[in-house]
Amino acid sequence: MHGRPRNASKPEEEAASAAKAVQLRSLQSQFMTNHHDKIYTNEAIELSTKLLEINPEAYTAWNYRKLAVEDRLARIEPDPNLVSAILDEELRVVESALRQNFKSYGAWHHRKWVLSKGHSSVGNELRLLEKFQKLDSRNFHAWNYRRFVVELTNRSEQDELQYTDDMINNNFSNYSAWHNRSVLLSSLLAQNADGFMPNIKIPEEYDFVHSAIFTEPDDQSGWFYHLWLLDQTLNVETPLLTSSWPSHGSSIILSGAGCLSGSSSMFTTFCSESGSFPLILYFDQAVGGVSSSTVTIDSELKGNEGLVWEPIPNKNSQVSCVWVARLKYVSSDPCEYKVKIRVGNSPGIVSSRGYNFNAPYEFVFTAHVHDTVEDSQEGIVSWTDGFDIWDAKSKDLNSLVTLDRLNAEMDFKWRQEAIDSEVECFGILPDSKIGKLTLARLLMAREAMVSDDAVKGVHYEEILQLYNDLMALDSSHYQYYKDEHSKAFLHKVTSSSESLSRHLLRYRDMNNLVCLRLNNLSLSRIASVEKLLFVQMLDLSHNELHSTEGLEAMQLLSCLNLSHNRIRSFSALDSLRHVKQLKVLDVSHNHIGKHSVDTTRYLCSSPLSNSELGQDDVGKQNPGLVTKYWDAYCVLRDLNLKQLDIAGNEIAGEEFSSFVLQVVPKLVWLDGQKKLGN
Amino acid sequence: MIDIPPYPPLDPSNYDLIVVGTGVSESVLAAAASSSGSSILHLDPNPFYGSHFASLSLPDLTSFLHSNSVSPPPSPSSPPLPPSNNHDFISVDLVNRSLYSSVEISSFESEILEEHSRRFNVDLAGPRVVFCADESINLMLKSGANNYVEFKSIDASFVGDSNGELRNVPDSRAAIFKDKSLTLLEKNQLMKFFKLVQSHLASSTENDDSTTVKISEEDMECPFVDFLSKMRLPPKIKSIILYAIAMLDYDQDNTETCRHLLKTKEGIDRLALYITSMGRFPNALGALIYPIYGQGELPQAFCRRAAVKGCIYVLRMPITALLLDKETGGYKGVRLASGQEIFSQKLILDPCVTVGLESLSSLTDQQNETLSVLVPKSMINKEKIARGVCVIRGSVKANVSNALVVYPPKSLFPEQLTAIRVLQLGSGLAVCPADMHVLYLSTLCDNDDQGIKALLSAMSNLISLPVPENRQSDSVVENDTSETKPILLWRALYVQELVKGEFGGTISSMPSPDGNLNYNEIVESAVKLYEKLMGSEELFKEETSPAENTTEEENDGGVEIED
Repeated sequence: MHGRPRNASKPEEEAASAAKAVQLRSLQSQFMTNHHDKIYTNEAIELSTKLLEINPEAYTAWNYRKLAVEDRLARIEPDPNLVSAILDEELRVVESALRQNFKSYGAWHHRKWVLSKGHSSVGNELRLLEKFQKLDSRNFHAWNYRRFVVELTNRSEQDELQYTDDMINNNFSNYSAWHNRSVLLSSLLAQNADGFMPNIKIPEEYDFVHSAIFTEPDDQSGWFYHLWLLDQTLNVETPLLTSSWPSHGSSIILSGAGCLSGSSSMFTTFCSESGSFPLILYFDQAVGGVSSSTVTIDSELKGNEGLVWEPIPNKNSQVSCVWVARLKYVSSDPCEYKVKIRVGNSPGIVSSRGYNFNAPYEFVFTAHVHDTVEDSQEGIVSWTDGFDIWDAKSKDLNSLVTLDRLNAEMDFKWRQEAIDSEVECFGILPDSKIGKLTLARLLMAREAMVSDDAVKGVHYEEILQLYNDLMALDSSHYQYYKDEHSKAFLHKVTSSSESLSRHLLRYRDMNNLVCLRLNNLSLSRIASVEKLLFVQMLDLSHNELHSTEGLEAMQLLSCLNLSHNRIRSFSALDSLRHVKQLKVLDVSHNHIGKHSVDTTRYLCSSPLSNSELGQDDVGKQNPGLVTKYWDAYCVLRDLNLKQLDIAGNEIAGEEFSSFVLQVVPKLVWLDGQKKLGN
Repeated sequence: MIDIPPYPPLDPSNYDLIVVGTGVSESVLAAAASSSGSSILHLDPNPFYGSHFASLSLPDLTSFLHSNSVSPPPSPSSPPLPPSNNHDFISVDLVNRSLYSSVEISSFESEILEEHSRRFNVDLAGPRVVFCADESINLMLKSGANNYVEFKSIDASFVGDSNGELRNVPDSRAAIFKDKSLTLLEKNQLMKFFKLVQSHLASSTENDDSTTVKISEEDMECPFVDFLSKMRLPPKIKSIILYAIAMLDYDQDNTETCRHLLKTKEGIDRLALYITSMGRFPNALGALIYPIYGQGELPQAFCRRAAVKGCIYVLRMPITALLLDKETGGYKGVRLASGQEIFSQKLILDPCVTVGLESLSSLTDQQNETLSVLVPKSMINKEKIARGVCVIRGSVKANVSNALVVYPPKSLFPEQLTAIRVLQLGSGLAVCPADMHVLYLSTLCDNDDQGIKALLSAMSNLISLPVPENRQSDSVVENDTSETKPILLWRALYVQELVKGEFGGTISSMPSPDGNLNYNEIVESAVKLYEKLMGSEELFKEETSPAENTTEEENDGGVEIED
């Protein structure tokens, strides 16, 4: 039971337990002999009963009894009275074992086994449960067993819901009861059972849990349930397309490698050596089934039939939020193409929770293919000079207009109202950490739901202030609040074209790359990537980032500045492996190599499991260095970097530099030095 | 008043202690004294146990109230004195003081009541319940008297208002959670306050002063009502705490009329009693329990305990006179109504027993000194308690049988100076036939009219008064709520004097039933008197029975009190 101090045992208690151990040992050895010799006489069974009554944890004894029951059932007449006498005896043994320890897994399992034999004593089972749930109302074994019995007896879920009502009314610090309630409600709501419409039921549940939360804000169980409710409110079941690149109505300029003379500063220019450009679909939840049959493309760009869609970041995964396909174009032949994409034209896109994407969406963009100027410069990219201010008329920000959820979701209104009333409710809960956190979460949810530009973004200042307060109040969860603060901040930046354009620039030297500067903002996490798909150059220097997780969706990214952050290892950069366009990476002045224990390594496949590791040229020449720098090796060999800055990390040094040059033969600039021999 | 049947003379005729009256305090004292080895004669003029704490049938209650009300019964001094065979003594005749006034008993459905008349166990000193953690329970456990009584929980307590609404008293975490009338913020504030009190209590018992929050000394001395305001509790919650949990009588916000302004210290003590009561017995629902068959069971249980220890009981035996030593004026013994003279070291008397003023005049100073506690004092600011008993058909709240309802001061009408408490008990407690409930009401008052007026106001709020009284309002269309109100079948209204107990060396007088909801003060006064009589000898020493077989309780809702 919870909250009861454990007292040191007295000498006489220790003596008693020693005596018990002696007795148990002799019982145990006799029992094992019986078990081994398959003796199922009454005396032998009685012995196992005795053993289990002293030690209900003896799994072998429970299994022995199962065998013994099977044996006896096989030997007797098929008289129902005899059968039920044998099974009743089993139930009795379980009950007395549970009296000894009501948290014995073996005993509960044995009981399930007896019941699964078709031996029904359902009234008894519920009565037994009442007893054990009275003893400890949170006992999850009993709750678990209860669900089993309920299923067996077809007791209605409504009745069970009423039972959780009673248990919660009795004592609301009962996480098991709240949990069972969420399980039952999920099922009833999914079945659309009578009176169980989410727009009515969920607000009722909010009212119910408020009483628990306000009566005792320090009690966790109500908050957990509230979190579940919030999830029910926010998570629209059907998956939706959040954003895409190129976005609807946009124009892009495509060319081969190198510089384009006099390219427009109004459009994104995309240069590719391979003659293809990425098409990015960003969904609000992980979906599967994105393929050339579910997403159709209508364009004059040749050779794009049977397009291959890949989930990012894990190629082998069935589901993902981000799907990318590469469209081919021929750069030698300047032309203008209209491309029409239809998402969800035929069914097949299904969320990981099994809901169909049922809001087909169509978008059209124009691709201007330009002549390639064969003037591939290999100049160093500077993060300080060569930027032009952002042209307010630029069309790229079209992609910020996220797809309208209102049309897709019929019952959107109650969700919005529920969140509004929650915000109002938690505004009055004073001085509670969890209250502040909930309010911040609710305000974030409200922002996510608002589609009216006039009121969009009005809550971010309050949210950021709440997280600042929390960081000061509750230092043990500082990092969590910090991350949430970063997310909220990035949501704020990306909430409108106006606020985002304050951070945008054009980098003159490379075909007017779209550059987003988010430096010096003490960000610890990356978020809102779905609104930044068009960004080609990203400055995240002087922040507090630990990892690049999230950036993998930014398939256009070619320059990334991560200097002066808190990256601790190359495995924290793993997500960059999917950014095929990345040419320039600055990770100088981080903590790479500083900590001998790399806690992010699990993200990266281990050298032991990776058989291909060391099979290439570098591996053959330098197996020692590959083993030493295997995480760097894994990341760098997959990148097509031209420029890398690594100075100011523990790992940096001559040895590592030479290793990098081997792994990335195409590298031109390392730490500001042009590679010799190029 | 009572025909004395021929009675064989008592033997022995000499005791350490004679106790007259079998009320709660007298019975506790008799049990304690007999367990410490004193020889005791315990007398009661009535044919039943309990005196003013008795539970009676309706006819018995009626006749008891009438015979003990203002018009005094024929003086017991009138029968000729049997010749005293020992002329060392002088005898002083005793007079019965009447505790009750304004007795008014009305029956509205006589046939039904007569049919069931013996199935009622109606308390004289209601409403009164036992707090699970109060001193009376401790004493019962200590003395073993708990073996003779069984309790059941009071299912719910409510705060009433003039609109007839009964709101649950949010007295526990679960009750606060369930409460529908509190706002979320009020739930938060109330629970915070309870936690503060609990943490204060924990710190004062465990001496672990570093971590726990304590209420400051300064706050402890200030009025409780001010402390509650300081804790920023809204008026609604303050009123619940003051009148429905701390069970105060006087309007704490009105310094002019408030006879007893409670200090925070005392307020916390009262809350502590309530809080510790809540969790004391696992099978009790809340803080309050009530004895099955009525509160008369409590004094009887102590009497049984005393009888086991050798105390001799004689009912239907009034004493008519006190015997005083001619020379010293000291107490010697009593003369029974049977005429027998019995002697004892000490005497303890029911509050009704007094000496007639006319008989005092002929006595010496020493004799007067001996009798001092029996001389009725003229009290200034004389406080009384108005009590009411209603037998009703139906319940004041649907689906609830045993319930306490409190009307805080001013909640029913602006001039209401004191809280009115109402206790409804049902047939589950074996106090009335099924389908009926007994309703007890009480309120403190300065005079009879004031008290009766308050009780009537509470009654009309809870029950529909019988037709004859409503005759004038016949034209008024009855609204929906009145239809569901229970119907009054029988009613008793009376005002009881509050008499304090007094220790007078050899002769002591016990208090009358007090104005409280529980027995705490009554029992405490009995304990104090015991200590004075016996020195500081411990009550019921070594009396505790070894933990009895902790059998599983039958699930009949009964509360067994065990250590």
